[in-house]
Amino acid sequence: MNDDQTQQFLSRPRVIRRLWWVFSLVLALTVMAQGVFYVKGYFTVDSWFGFGALYGFLCCLLMVLFARVLGRLLKRPRDYYREPDDNA
Amino acid sequence: MPELLSPALILLVAAVAIGPARGQLRTALVLLAPLLTLWAVWQVPDGVQGTVGFLSYQIEPVEGSPLRRLFATVFALMAFVGGLYAFRLARWYELAAAYAYAAGAIGVSFAGDLISLFLYWELMALFSTVVVWCGGTPAARAAGIRYAIMHLLGGVVLKVGIEGVVIGTGSIQIRPMLAQDFNSWMILCGILVNAAAPPLSAWLADAYPESSPTGSVFLSAFTTKTAVLALILLFPGEPVLVGVGLFMVMYGIIYALLENDIRRILAYSIVNQVGFMVCAVGIGTELALNGATAHAFAHILYKALLFMSAGVVIYRTGKTRCTELGGLYQTMPLTTLCCIIGALSISSFPLTSGFTTKSMISQAAANEGLVWVYMLLTAASAGVFLHAGIKFPWFVFFQRDSGLRPKDAPWNMALAMLIFAALCLLIGVFPQYLYALLPYPVDYLAYTPGKVVFYLQLLLFSGLAFFLLLPLMKRTETISLDVDWVWRRAIPALVGWLVLCAGPARNGASRLILACRALFAKFAIRYLGQPHTADSDERGVFARSWPIGTTALWIAILLSAYVLAYYI
Repeated sequence: MNDDQTQQFLSRPRVIRRLWWVFSLVLALTVMAQGVFYVKGYFTVDSWFGFGALYGFLCCLLMVLFARVLGRLLKRPRDYYREPDDNA
Repeated sequence: MPELLSPALILLVAAVAIGPARGQLRTALVLLAPLLTLWAVWQVPDGVQGTVGFLSYQIEPVEGSPLRRLFATVFALMAFVGGLYAFRLARWYELAAAYAYAAGAIGVSFAGDLISLFLYWELMALFSTVVVWCGGTPAARAAGIRYAIMHLLGGVVLKVGIEGVVIGTGSIQIRPMLAQDFNSWMILCGILVNAAAPPLSAWLADAYPESSPTGSVFLSAFTTKTAVLALILLFPGEPVLVGVGLFMVMYGIIYALLENDIRRILAYSIVNQVGFMVCAVGIGTELALNGATAHAFAHILYKALLFMSAGVVIYRTGKTRCTELGGLYQTMPLTTLCCIIGALSISSFPLTSGFTTKSMISQAAANEGLVWVYMLLTAASAGVFLHAGIKFPWFVFFQRDSGLRPKDAPWNMALAMLIFAALCLLIGVFPQYLYALLPYPVDYLAYTPGKVVFYLQLLLFSGLAFFLLLPLMKRTETISLDVDWVWRRAIPALVGWLVLCAGPARNGASRLILACRALFAKFAIRYLGQPHTADSDERGVFARSWPIGTTALWIAILLSAYVLAYYI
């Protein structure tokens, strides 16, 4: 039995590589679709070509980075609130 | 007379009867009572259905309107599917408490005056606490107590506001107002406690994940959404709510990103989604209020669906944290599928319910020219896909092979999930059926090619960001501090410190008290003491026998002093 069969389907490197290709293709298609379908903007910037894609990506990047910084301040061990005599 | 009976009473009677009923009878009761309630909800005509005199007030126990009926419908539906999901696993008292809780929510939906609203509001607070306690662990008991204190305090604030408004206006009618004076602010704050608005949002993520796998399904639906209904009824167009809503939206995303417990991720995303509705109520136009209503309806369905899938995972594996889970999709295909449908709905993916309801809120912001609100809501839509749409299913069902091979959901849980998954898709594909039930006429087209392309770009590139940033989102075995740190850690620590500091002070004080007491005793003995014999000179000054003449002299002196003082 080689490694490919013991692993779960979605954990196999070959499958993951193919999925990335398919996903990239879908991403490209959604941006190019804007050339065919008119995206109505309400505040000028949001009608720019590929604005949704860029805005979505950048917002997520910012949120993840902000969460990471905040996590430094706010994260505590799981049993932080647990009383010493608690068995839970 | 029957028109004065709220449909909520059916569920309340069922809640009482669940305990004594046994076997098949109990199952029939659990499944039929919500359906009967659903029927009764649709028998309530528009307008006030009569009044009852109570003290000097005219109580209106039942008032119908499309808005109220829609909320009551989704609450009854939730009770039915929740009952179906839970009846084989949950203890009878959890089911009874959950049904009484649902009855409270339906009662609030139809309450025609502030007094009935408050009574049903407190019914919800009481029985939701019982549902939290049914988690059965010491942590659940402690979280339940914190939950109860928070909601009872919120209830007191609400009651103060209601009393003020009743005294100020002489009316107990539920009518739109703005937060302009102390009383209306109190009502607003009381409602916002239940909506999990800042700074008191911590109770939600604290209590819900501690309940049983079945209890959290019920908890996810009622409290926050009745608060949204109360806001729509009492504070449409209140500008403060726009800011509050936007804060909740962002708070939910950031905390969910930090979280490891799977139900706590979902709990934070409740705050996030309720934020959309609160913001919509703040915008206050007909489209925005329709959006808030429709989104509340859709939200109850997909959020319950997500909690159900999490519940199945916890029931089958006994594990609650992302770090312990992963790779379950192979042995739990149905649960995975239902979870993905729920996750896509919450992310407002086209063809799911969230797309047709949440986009109404964004559209309302755009129509009013609120650039920042629109931009932040759009950013939040991307963030929802990040924290709930992908993160939740990814870490639970995919991620890596955790070695767990649990069975899929039992038939009743699977059926409950399938019903809600089907409804999520139904509302997504045929939104007109939901739109027809909304409080205001709907002139809104959910599906235009441009809008679909825009949302697909937004969401799919958020997906790209998720997979590229995965190393930054590594799960850690941690919790995140919230405002509740103040009363769970800071205040107890402060009190402990004060007690510690008080030690020396207390010693000093007790020494002072002893010295004072000794001094007092010395004086008492000196003036009042009576040792030895009856008229000895050793007695205290006031305890001695004095000749009558001395007394008369003293009385004369005192009287003349009094007369003198009187004339001066």
